[in-house]
Amino acid sequence: MTPLTIELPITEDDRRIARYTAAAIALTVAEAALPSPLPGIKPGLANIIVLVVLLRYGWRDAAWVSLLRVVAGSLVIGQLFAPGFFLALAGAVSSLAALFIAVQLPRRWFGAVTISLCAAFAHIGGQLVLARLWLVPHDGVFYLVPLFATAALIFGTINGLIAAHLIKRAHAG
Amino acid sequence: MKAVLPDDLRDIFSKAGYLSSWYQYFKAGDWLVLLLGCALVVFSYTLLWRGGVADRAIVKRDGKTVIEISLNSARKISVDGPLGTTVIEVQPGRARVFSDPGPRQYCVQQGWLTRAGAVAICAPNHITLQLNGSGEAGYDSLNY
Repeated sequence: MTPLTIELPITEDDRRIARYTAAAIALTVAEAALPSPLPGIKPGLANIIVLVVLLRYGWRDAAWVSLLRVVAGSLVIGQLFAPGFFLALAGAVSSLAALFIAVQLPRRWFGAVTISLCAAFAHIGGQLVLARLWLVPHDGVFYLVPLFATAALIFGTINGLIAAHLIKRAHAG
Repeated sequence: MKAVLPDDLRDIFSKAGYLSSWYQYFKAGDWLVLLLGCALVVFSYTLLWRGGVADRAIVKRDGKTVIEISLNSARKISVDGPLGTTVIEVQPGRARVFSDPGPRQYCVQQGWLTRAGAVAICAPNHITLQLNGSGEAGYDSLNY
């Protein structure tokens, strides 16, 4: 028998994505400890990391970080394959779709805040569609839309500002 | 810290920027998008929480409408159920269960109903009071 060695080459890309994902997972865990007035209304701090990665390294890296964060983050907080996991996944997928479009906007006029807001609204949109189709098959879920939209507006703006701040400092330093 | 965190994240823990300097991160288009976002939020409130304007009170016994009256003028209505008489009070724009023979008085304690779609249920006496708006049937407060 010949010893079989499988070697997976680790690229610089892998390391970078892993580091950012680790930061995003840490924020997910920290956020899970915060009390929330309503399940589903969260600041989405991990999205700051996704935004930074998007603006610095592009959409492909951001998609990796976002999806890895959802899977590993819910594994850590014990939510894997629970309804919350699928809601987070739906939110991540729809906000990645929005990011794909938003990042094409002329950077001269539209900054991190725009991109963050687009992602935040897409996020609640994706979650609501999944919730309506699967978890709460009743139009009653739409009663919560104003609350979710308000949260998306506030946290989308704040997260965008923080991402812009981080990127500026990264370029300065 | 240096080994663990990507270098551009480190300073969020070490330095908090001045609040007044945040506006520099807004680009012209960002204000536009923020404005659109605000409009979307306000729109969602008016569309989904409008409920407000109730114009009819519907009193049902065993699910069948006993009386349907508009909320234009003040009056009291008595409806008989298995336990006795439930009195509904209507005033311009609002209605309530004034008295009920039920043991726990939940529907009485609910007080004035003002929103379209709001319901007070006096289950022991089989009577419900429901407000309806002029437009399409409002959202059912019970299923929220």
